[in-house]
Amino acid sequence: MSTETNETYAESRDTTEGRVFTVTGGDWESVTKAIDPLSQERLVVNMGPQHPSTHGVLRLVLELEGETVTEARVVVGYLHTGIEKNIEYRTWTQGTTFVTRCDYLSPIHNELGFCLAVEKLLGIEDQITDRTNVIRVMMSELNRISSHLIWLATTGMELGALTMMIFGFREREKILDIFEAVSGLRMNMAYIRPGGLSNDVPDHAVALIEQFLKDMPGHLREYEDLLGNSAIWQERTQGVAYLDVSGCLALGVTGPVLRSAGLPWDLRKTMPYCGYETYDFDVATHNGADVWGRYMVRMEEIRQSLRIVRQCLDRLEPGPIMVADKKIAWPAQLALGTDGLGNSLNHVKHIMGQSMESLIHHFKLVTEGFRVPAGQAYVAIEAPRGEFGVHAVSEGGTRPHRIHMREPSFINLQAIPAMAEGALIADVIAGGASLDPVMGGCDR
Amino acid sequence: MSGTTEGRGLFGVSGTGDTSGFGGLVRTNPATELVSTPRPYGEYFDEVVDVLQEHGEISEDVIKAVVVDRGELTIHIAPDAIRTVCQVMRDDESLRFELCNSVSGVDYPDRVRRLHVVYHLTSMTYRRRVRLEVSVTVEDPHVQSVTSVYPTADWQERETYDMFGVVFDDHPNLTRILMPDDWSGHPQRKDYPLGGIPVEYKGAEIPPPDQRRAYK
Repeated sequence: MSTETNETYAESRDTTEGRVFTVTGGDWESVTKAIDPLSQERLVVNMGPQHPSTHGVLRLVLELEGETVTEARVVVGYLHTGIEKNIEYRTWTQGTTFVTRCDYLSPIHNELGFCLAVEKLLGIEDQITDRTNVIRVMMSELNRISSHLIWLATTGMELGALTMMIFGFREREKILDIFEAVSGLRMNMAYIRPGGLSNDVPDHAVALIEQFLKDMPGHLREYEDLLGNSAIWQERTQGVAYLDVSGCLALGVTGPVLRSAGLPWDLRKTMPYCGYETYDFDVATHNGADVWGRYMVRMEEIRQSLRIVRQCLDRLEPGPIMVADKKIAWPAQLALGTDGLGNSLNHVKHIMGQSMESLIHHFKLVTEGFRVPAGQAYVAIEAPRGEFGVHAVSEGGTRPHRIHMREPSFINLQAIPAMAEGALIADVIAGGASLDPVMGGCDR
Repeated sequence: MSGTTEGRGLFGVSGTGDTSGFGGLVRTNPATELVSTPRPYGEYFDEVVDVLQEHGEISEDVIKAVVVDRGELTIHIAPDAIRTVCQVMRDDESLRFELCNSVSGVDYPDRVRRLHVVYHLTSMTYRRRVRLEVSVTVEDPHVQSVTSVYPTADWQERETYDMFGVVFDDHPNLTRILMPDDWSGHPQRKDYPLGGIPVEYKGAEIPPPDQRRAYK
């Protein structure tokens, strides 16, 4: 060892074992003291876009002072796929396959909003059959339950209740089984079509729904025991991410978040569609205006949705599931063939062997599509996250001139700074999760 | 290209592409000038329009047209008065449109004032809906921002700027929101192509959607 060791960074002393260096923090204290703690301890942190608690790709730019968030900015757009632009190049019927991919946790609501807007433009709202409306209500309530289950599951996970995640996904799987039995697909079903539905509800799907209605109340009690009675859950949610009614309205926040602030604004009651006014159910509200209130509202909404599904099953009378107008109705019903789901064999036999006119009609309607009279319409429905609105503009052609989706995730995310600023960083996660944003819907 | 009046797709088809007559009547050119619906409008529409027209803060030439179609009320507003109108819509006791549901754009390439901004307002007190619409030219795409009245319009105006290039004056932070910051062009305009690449499948080539045969 050289005796000319640089001793700037460590003191040294000679011992019997040789020279020993003592490395200490040295000037660290003086360095920190030299900086004004009030102005310099701010830290800008990027949470996301790949953070597991952001439900997809959401980026939060947080300015922190210690554990406290002084400023929060939300950056979106990472999942933009140009769905609204793409729809303009497809027929009105093909549009359902695009909108269903927006908010992937509530595909039925996307389809329903879009189809109601197209039907309003066509002026055929009165021709929608009773069975169609009952099935639409039933499917959208099942979808609401599955979406709220995902909310419970992911929020539970983010706040440390991992078992809740397993439970939530477990029951949601049952609903996806029902969707599969009804439509052939588990997600992005494009099940609701302009004028009706893609295919009818088979008997074995009804049996699955009956079983689900029987099992679900017990599971809800499980969730309550797990979350509602847990001190940790209560501490993490009560009084966190407060947003009152005036805050919600100014920021355009609707859905469970608005109802958790005490305003019973539910489009199913206030501006009914699909015959919701004839169903017996209550609007869940809470006075907390916090994450706990949103949890309570969503739990109650699951119960109310179960009530509605029960009533739907009782009302399920046989009947057509498409409008009678052959110039609009999709010509073929789907049926399961040897090579999977496709046009029913009876229909193929008819157009290929029996009727040339039917073949022409099928070909024109499928390739070209129907025309929609020029004009614009706005239809809003109550999606699991709030008001889902579709602004549809037609110029009289076989394709939409413009489809704009008023996505509740997009609008609600604007509330994150109002909830997060001044709170702890851990509460940003609870508050953001309580909005239940789905980035596929937000960015479209 | 699809979306404009002249369509040209596969096999050199132009016009409607309809050779069978199945499509019925061919659409005539849409009206380029706004035509108001004659009174009475029905439902609550007359009341809303009356309050707006008689309000002291709104001058006569602000309301360009009133259109009632499919049970919906559309009020066309001058672009430099939209904030005042929204303020009245929100605060007047007989209107009370507390919630601004949606702000979005529409591009009508055949019209002179081709960029339209559409506002959907809801009155929770009276359970009513109203659509406000303003139109501007591409050369002078300036519209007043309504963020001071409805803070929820913030992101939606940014999206409309991003997609259509409408400039909202006095917006606190008018930047792109869905497209990357350095993107050029406004994708939802009708003269902006959809893009895409041709796909070859079993020897046949399928063109991208905006180059396929177009039905109007």
